[in-house]
Amino acid sequence: MSVTTHCTDYETLLHALADGELDAGHVRDVDAHVAGCADCAAKLKAIRALREAMAGSSLKEAAPAHLRSRIEALFPAPAPLVAPAAAKEGPISRWWRSFLGGFSVGAALSAAVAAMLVIGIFGPDPNQQVADEVVSAHIRSLQAGHLMDVETSDQHTVKPWFNGKLDVAPPVIDLTAQGFTLLGGRLDYIDGEPVASVIYQRRKHVINLFVAQRLGAARASIMSKTVQGYNVRHWTEQGLDFWAVSDLAGDELDEFVQKISASLRPTGSS
Amino acid sequence: MTGEANVEQERARRFRDAALPYLDDVYTLARYLMRNPADAEDAVQECYLRALRHFDSYRGPAMKPWLLTILKNVCYAEFARRGKQEVPTDFSDAEPAAADPVWQEPQATPESAMLRRQDDATIRRLVDALPAPFRDTIVLREINDLSYQEIAEVAGVPVGTVMSRLARARAMLRAAWNSSNGAAAPVQMAAQAAPQGTSRSVSS
Repeated sequence: MSVTTHCTDYETLLHALADGELDAGHVRDVDAHVAGCADCAAKLKAIRALREAMAGSSLKEAAPAHLRSRIEALFPAPAPLVAPAAAKEGPISRWWRSFLGGFSVGAALSAAVAAMLVIGIFGPDPNQQVADEVVSAHIRSLQAGHLMDVETSDQHTVKPWFNGKLDVAPPVIDLTAQGFTLLGGRLDYIDGEPVASVIYQRRKHVINLFVAQRLGAARASIMSKTVQGYNVRHWTEQGLDFWAVSDLAGDELDEFVQKISASLRPTGSS
Repeated sequence: MTGEANVEQERARRFRDAALPYLDDVYTLARYLMRNPADAEDAVQECYLRALRHFDSYRGPAMKPWLLTILKNVCYAEFARRGKQEVPTDFSDAEPAAADPVWQEPQATPESAMLRRQDDATIRRLVDALPAPFRDTIVLREINDLSYQEIAEVAGVPVGTVMSRLARARAMLRAAWNSSNGAAAPVQMAAQAAPQGTSRSVSS
């Protein structure tokens, strides 16, 4: 029967359909076949039932607390292995290492002091630090339920929402017509300071635009960075620091920044 | 020297922020691969250590499949070390899907009602009992929630293989369910059955 050979062709496609892995063209094709084939309709139903059963059961396990602390202990904000002064002299350096190796409380304390010294003397590039923080905030925001505090595509809802929560009024610009959908806003904390995040989306890519009065070193021109695979843009305009973070391609994020920046400028001036 | 320490510290912090959110995913996969909790925990720890070591060369695209790939490698290396027969060769990938009889049970079994009664422990046991490549694939799909492409990367096989493994895994799960439950469930199955072999011609 030609129907049978036909159906084997659809076998994996039924799974792909249930898994949401088909493109629109194939979806139409498979839907049409399923509509006319009781066998395949039943198979599809069975696949979906199994998926549902697996999703509903608690197959996913939470890591036990002791494992979590074990893993967290692998990378605490680590103390430098070699103290700055000791680095120059071999014996002292060795002494330091054995001291740290012993993991006594004293060693940990000394290491912490050393770490503070290191940071104090060789302070890292403030913009690198902020770039790391905004990327972390971006990643956090992508985890379930963290993206938005106020969810709306209406800029006149988002903007007043920030009132009283921040000492600045972040500009909220609707760029939907230009391909960047306004999703909403969120209050975030960077470096312990409250920061506005205005959230946009292009296709499946979320853009967090962080805005604050002072966030990193001011930049008249746009600074581009890539942190952990995320594109980051930073610039200062009208007394506000802007940080845009997204997994969007660099040139598209640039386009976004241009559009935001252009709409910030009062009409008539350039 | 101090600069290095500083960079190291920064790197550890960035890694922590990026990788720690997936601890439950990594642990869950480890539990399925390693079977006993202590081994799973050791594997998770080794995974995070290795990931931190290789974090500099990490270029995305996504952290979760990257971590799960490392975990899988850790586990399989451990099996190899122990000389356990945990890593079967791809014996069943070669079998033609058509030869597999699992879909031949009567069609209109009220699947959802039947499966809903199934408790978590049973599903868990059935997943555990699958041969490794099929178990890994279904766990990555249904529990770790990876896309076909990501599963292909983790498993190191083409997407087509992922698709056939997934189809086989589900078929085996269903067969196992039906046989483990043979006596009880399938009685009410004739109820809403569409006549077998109908070629109702709905427009296509």
